[in-house]
Amino acid sequence: MIKEFDAVVIGGGPAGLAAALSLKSNGVKRVLVSEREDVLGGILQQCIHNGFGLHRFNEELTGPEYAERYIDFVKEADIEIYTSSCTIDIVNEGESKTVYLMSELYGLVEVKTKAVILAMGCRERNRGNIAIPGSRPSGVMTAGLAQKLVNRYGYMPGKEVVILGSGDIGLIMARRMTWEGAKVKAVVEVQPYPGGLNRNIVQCLNDFNIPLYLSHTVTNIKGNNRITSVDIAPINEYREPSKEEQFTLTCDSLLLSVGLVPENELSLKVGIELDKVTSGPLVDANLMTNVTGIFACGNVLHVHDLVDFVSEESEACGNAAAKYINSTLTKGEEIPVRTGNLVRYVLPTKVEPGKEALLSLRTMATAEGVTLYIKSGDEVLYKKKHKKIFPSEMQRVLIKQVPADAKKLDVLFK
Amino acid sequence: MSTNFDVVVIGCGVVGAAIARELSRFKIRVAVLEKEADVSFGTSKANSGIIHAGFHSAPDSKKAEFVVPGNRMFDKLCEELEFPFERHGELMVAFSEEEIRILHTYYERGLQNKVPYLEMIGRERVLEMEPALSPDIHAALFAPTAGVICPYEFCFSLVGNAVQNGVKLHLNSKVSWIGKTPDENFEIETANGEKYSTDYIINAAGLFADEIASFVGLNDFKIHPRKGEEYLLDRRVGSLVKRVIFPTPTKTSKGMLVIPTVDGPVMVGPTALDIDDKTDFSTTREGLKEVFHHAQKMVPEIRTNDIITSFVGLRPSPSGGDFILGKTVVEGFINAAGIESPGLTASPAIAEYIKDVLIKEGLRLELKKDFDPYRKNKSVRVRHLIDERKFDEFSKVVDENKDYSILVCRCENVTEAEIIAAIKDGHTTLDGIKFATRAGTGRCQAGFCTSRVMEILHRETGIPFEKITKKGEGTEIAPYPLKKGGVK
Repeated sequence: MIKEFDAVVIGGGPAGLAAALSLKSNGVKRVLVSEREDVLGGILQQCIHNGFGLHRFNEELTGPEYAERYIDFVKEADIEIYTSSCTIDIVNEGESKTVYLMSELYGLVEVKTKAVILAMGCRERNRGNIAIPGSRPSGVMTAGLAQKLVNRYGYMPGKEVVILGSGDIGLIMARRMTWEGAKVKAVVEVQPYPGGLNRNIVQCLNDFNIPLYLSHTVTNIKGNNRITSVDIAPINEYREPSKEEQFTLTCDSLLLSVGLVPENELSLKVGIELDKVTSGPLVDANLMTNVTGIFACGNVLHVHDLVDFVSEESEACGNAAAKYINSTLTKGEEIPVRTGNLVRYVLPTKVEPGKEALLSLRTMATAEGVTLYIKSGDEVLYKKKHKKIFPSEMQRVLIKQVPADAKKLDVLFK
Repeated sequence: MSTNFDVVVIGCGVVGAAIARELSRFKIRVAVLEKEADVSFGTSKANSGIIHAGFHSAPDSKKAEFVVPGNRMFDKLCEELEFPFERHGELMVAFSEEEIRILHTYYERGLQNKVPYLEMIGRERVLEMEPALSPDIHAALFAPTAGVICPYEFCFSLVGNAVQNGVKLHLNSKVSWIGKTPDENFEIETANGEKYSTDYIINAAGLFADEIASFVGLNDFKIHPRKGEEYLLDRRVGSLVKRVIFPTPTKTSKGMLVIPTVDGPVMVGPTALDIDDKTDFSTTREGLKEVFHHAQKMVPEIRTNDIITSFVGLRPSPSGGDFILGKTVVEGFINAAGIESPGLTASPAIAEYIKDVLIKEGLRLELKKDFDPYRKNKSVRVRHLIDERKFDEFSKVVDENKDYSILVCRCENVTEAEIIAAIKDGHTTLDGIKFATRAGTGRCQAGFCTSRVMEILHRETGIPFEKITKKGEGTEIAPYPLKKGGVK
């Protein structure tokens, strides 16, 4: 089957839905969202805890509720939706792109389109990526898989739990498993600071007296059929565990919350260049990749901690893509955005002088009493004092107008 | 009541499977007993997958006797059973004059073992063949007849063909006792309460072959586990090398290899450590360091950051150092034991030899007229169609079976149709389905597809969701239903 659209959005999670809506409201006629699962909403559908939507809707929603709001908007907006539709390839033919979908309903669909928005999200890092020594028993899984099994299927993977990594999903699952009657014995974090948001440390660990071991790691997994115990040890600055201070916790499951990686397999196929720091596509001020007409937003671009920011970024992306489709996207001169002291990355890495710029940044360490500066030469465009900064908390800064004569922007803490 | 057979093969790793398939040509009743929930779940699943040329084995050893003929048999086997097989050769590389002298001893060894087309080649040609190798390499021993296969897919295809030709496969059947009946037949009991009687027993029990032998009073050999850790790298890294790369062995170590798997990703390892515990499958920090230290010396681009998974295999290392093959003092009890490297390569030759032993021991073997050497109902591999952009073909496949349109594992592009085919072939654990289809072997390591595969398995077999296992009883994935739980 051959179809024609103006824009194809790949992924029907929060990023894809917001991008599709924004395309539509900016005058793009034929918009298709291709979603792999049988329902829209992406990973939000298994995040049944609340805390979503504080920025967007000024209220606390659960993941499925947040998703539902966007799904309702999309349904009213005359946007074509394919669910159970896996995007298998994108071919760039210059002005036009061909997106290949394998859909349960339509079989192979060849979609001709002017623009593509990548919104495939991210995946969890797993045991192999961090090479935890030990045996290979049942009961070791990512926190996200455990979350899916508990929240969407109604089955618990274990009753005596250790969690490695203090990413948000791990923290949320510590509370969730406790509520369902499991004993969560420890959350173990290799860094000297937590991987997840501070509010989750308080609400998911402290409130339940679940111990958090910072600068510790799991040094061994034991058990042949089912996991029976893990060894845990403090680590030194070279990440070497201390054998003397090692201790053992018995458990029947080990959940891993050791980071997320943008899913860019499709992007690589069509020749998109990735940023080594974020693992997402390199994009310009319009969130367009190096392949003209292909844009990226949400967790496929860089891992966010708040869905509200994903929606915001994706709207901006949809807006830019709409301009591209309507041939009103003017691509002016671009200047680089450079990372300074304590800044791990800033996105986008290029902005246009004279225009608005929304910057996302993450720090590379914790620090107290520091001030964030965004400067063009000696001119300070933005300045904010922070009591404490964490790598786990993304900062968003809107620069209303980048000076027309700016040669570069510097982002740094002092 | 016991079931009567002419031959019972104990153990369904690659050796047991090759023997079963060989025997399935004849008008005899054959059973295979496997203690695990699936075949190839012991040593074979952790095999490096190398089809060796045969220059490693000492001349006059059984290893040397079987490895070269075994190697030759793989082209025909591949044609009949359609498992992936690439014959790209192997290179043993030398970094110094001294190592070149060692290469030469292996060259001589290879000539004695009648390994064809062996060559000692210089640095320039080595780097021309394998540009990712270290420029510090001086020379290499090149054996073009070596290759790689997927060890468990090979094993599955052998068993599948054997079963298709009448062999009875019994999983979860751990032998707990062997005795003799009044009419001098063997009687075998398994831990799950089944009984089998048979004229002949083939002991292909791998790591546990010594324990099986002791059931009939044979205590003349021991099997020691020798641990090997292997690390699999991300597909993104690319093939890096086309051929299997060996270092020059030292007195203490055969060294770590860089292995291009048939499925694309590179594997590095294995370590070789003699241990006592036959159930110790743990990887170690030391093992990881050792593997990468050696591998990076040969292929500098290899990085620990690219590891997607690691695993351990225990080689069944025999006390005598060589394969233990053939009849024993117990009439009708035949060993195919101690089959460590190059056992995978040797396995089809070993199977033919065991058949000859059975004939000598008085078993009448008459060829079946309807023996079919070809593997039936092989599932389409959608991944290849997507990788090679054969979309028209993919479309046709979907028109014939809609289940090919449902992608379950997106890292390796495995569809629901492929999962269902694997379940119909008898794979009922997540590991079994993973080995049969590659679902869950990719970079996300089953983070996304686990629950989908569990759903399909539940739907197709009726196994309750909470009873679905990773690799057999005791390895349930999500054993505790919530009070109001249920499959979505």
